[in-house]
Amino acid sequence: MEAGTLSNPVLRARRNLTDRIGDPLLRGLAGLAAVVAVAALAGIVYEVIHLAWPAIKEFGLGFITTNDWNPVTKRFGAAPFLYGTVVTSLIALLLAAPLSIAISIYLTELAPRRIMRPVATLVDMLAAIPTVILGLWGILVLGPFMRDTIEPALHSVLGFLPIFDGDPSAFGYLTAALILTIMITPIITSVTREVFETVPGDLKEASYALGATRWEMIRQVVLPYSRPGIVGATILGLGRAIGEAIAVAQVIGGANLINASLFHTGGTLAAQIASQYSNSAGLQKASLAYLGLILLVFAVVVNVIARIIVQRGRIKDIDDYDIGVVATQAQSL
Amino acid sequence: MAANQHTLLLDRGNLKRRNRFNKAVEIAATVAAGIAVAVLVIVVGSVFLNGVDALSWHFLTTPTALFGESGGGISNAIVGSAIMVAVAAVIAIPIGILVAIFTTEFASPRVAHPIRFVLDILNGVPTIITAIFIYGLIVIPQGKQSGFAASIALAIVMLPIVARTGQEVLSLVPGALKEGAHALGIARWRSTLRITIPTAAGGLITGSLLAVARVAGETAPMLFLSSIVAQGVQTDPSQPLASIPYFIFQASESPKPEAHTEAWAAALVLIAFVLALNIFARAFYARSRKRMGA
Repeated sequence: MEAGTLSNPVLRARRNLTDRIGDPLLRGLAGLAAVVAVAALAGIVYEVIHLAWPAIKEFGLGFITTNDWNPVTKRFGAAPFLYGTVVTSLIALLLAAPLSIAISIYLTELAPRRIMRPVATLVDMLAAIPTVILGLWGILVLGPFMRDTIEPALHSVLGFLPIFDGDPSAFGYLTAALILTIMITPIITSVTREVFETVPGDLKEASYALGATRWEMIRQVVLPYSRPGIVGATILGLGRAIGEAIAVAQVIGGANLINASLFHTGGTLAAQIASQYSNSAGLQKASLAYLGLILLVFAVVVNVIARIIVQRGRIKDIDDYDIGVVATQAQSL
Repeated sequence: MAANQHTLLLDRGNLKRRNRFNKAVEIAATVAAGIAVAVLVIVVGSVFLNGVDALSWHFLTTPTALFGESGGGISNAIVGSAIMVAVAAVIAIPIGILVAIFTTEFASPRVAHPIRFVLDILNGVPTIITAIFIYGLIVIPQGKQSGFAASIALAIVMLPIVARTGQEVLSLVPGALKEGAHALGIARWRSTLRITIPTAAGGLITGSLLAVARVAGETAPMLFLSSIVAQGVQTDPSQPLASIPYFIFQASESPKPEAHTEAWAAALVLIAFVLALNIFARAFYARSRKRMGA
């Protein structure tokens, strides 16, 4: 069938033979690799349930609402850490989402091309900083600044609210939330920027032709068109925020009870595992794995929802493919 | 956005107010971008200013001092990190690229789509959960921590990154190239290995480098997979190995200022490596993409 390429019949026979082996071999290897990836996810789910089993048997679903973590009385519950996870992640989202949208507006609509690329790269670089370094910075720079400047200011203005009541401290929910904000802003930005870039120029020009100012064009064309992408990106950022263990463990202070004040020390699911898993045993270790199971369910649900929303928003335009964007997303999502 | 907005845009005599509002939004957006860049500068600047004084040849070539003492260095952590990341890369990069080949070259969309979905979910699994998985899978049965266990966890973190960027890059290879190969009667595996992969090589390497940069700073798996380390430079991955991220984590939690200085210096080493790898990977991709004519 390929007389022109190989005239020597011996060589041709050998090629046919290697093709008969090579095709199924590569196909098999590639398929096996895909099976490995699926097995890794299945293994994670199985192993976390397995390790958490003693705690699941002991505490049941009541674990989720128990506001206690006491190795002495052997009473463990997830409520303080669920609370901490939700509070820190939500604050981070409330700060990061508008910030990311604003940065994306700047990058896609305002910045001159010469400035746009380097600024976009710098924002991506922020996503590349290892979280342990953000945590170190949080302990030694941001924490003291929060305690001495930000929190006293919040307290004096909004101290009548319970969340801003209490003594300022370097470590606590608010410091953790700010570190998470720094972490997820570049992640959300990379997706929203990509979505903004896919808004058809015709629509924008039509809006300008109707006399819209730039902001009116953005509000009436860019934002509605990009809404699924923005929502998806924000949820992906949420997924990243709830799963961060190291940086949060470094700055949240590690308290085991719910506290209304954002200045107070607390804990999150991931941070609690990070700070206690290696030096715990028995029921406490199983309870930590149970926290892990709750976190895993959270993360999977959040990611599935985000994927569905982003895919419905059909942001993937292969012509606009940019490795920086995909890389930042891939690194983080 | 229909008729009523035309009137909103044109009829009212509020152009001045609208322009002013527009200006305010533009300034806010610019400030937001400025904040992001400023935070990067502040964080990197803090690491540099605080770390550069403690950074010395001695620091880079001396193992960490005995527990609680300062004056040591991070040579054992550098060696340990290099070994664990290298082992993880050797495991994850071939598997990741094979997964990408499977989904773009062999699998039907009905199969490829769920696999892509699984990779995205795997990518969203918090690394601390991956660490618990490996703890149950390897550390408990073996009865001890090991650098190898940490490597497997890092490999699981890398796998979806390599596979997903691989899929993106492979799907960019012009269909005409593959069709040309098929028209010449070249078998699928031969065209994949000799045409598709070389064409996409730049992107595949970039994805792999970015994955390496990502896991080089990964701390969570070290906490209970490779944290109880022996003194001095260890090179045997069947034993727990020191790592730069874990060194930073430990030193950052210490109350002693000398430990903080060492943490900054180690952070400077890590951040320089990670950012340099990122910049290199992106520049490399830009070049290879130009060559591909994309």
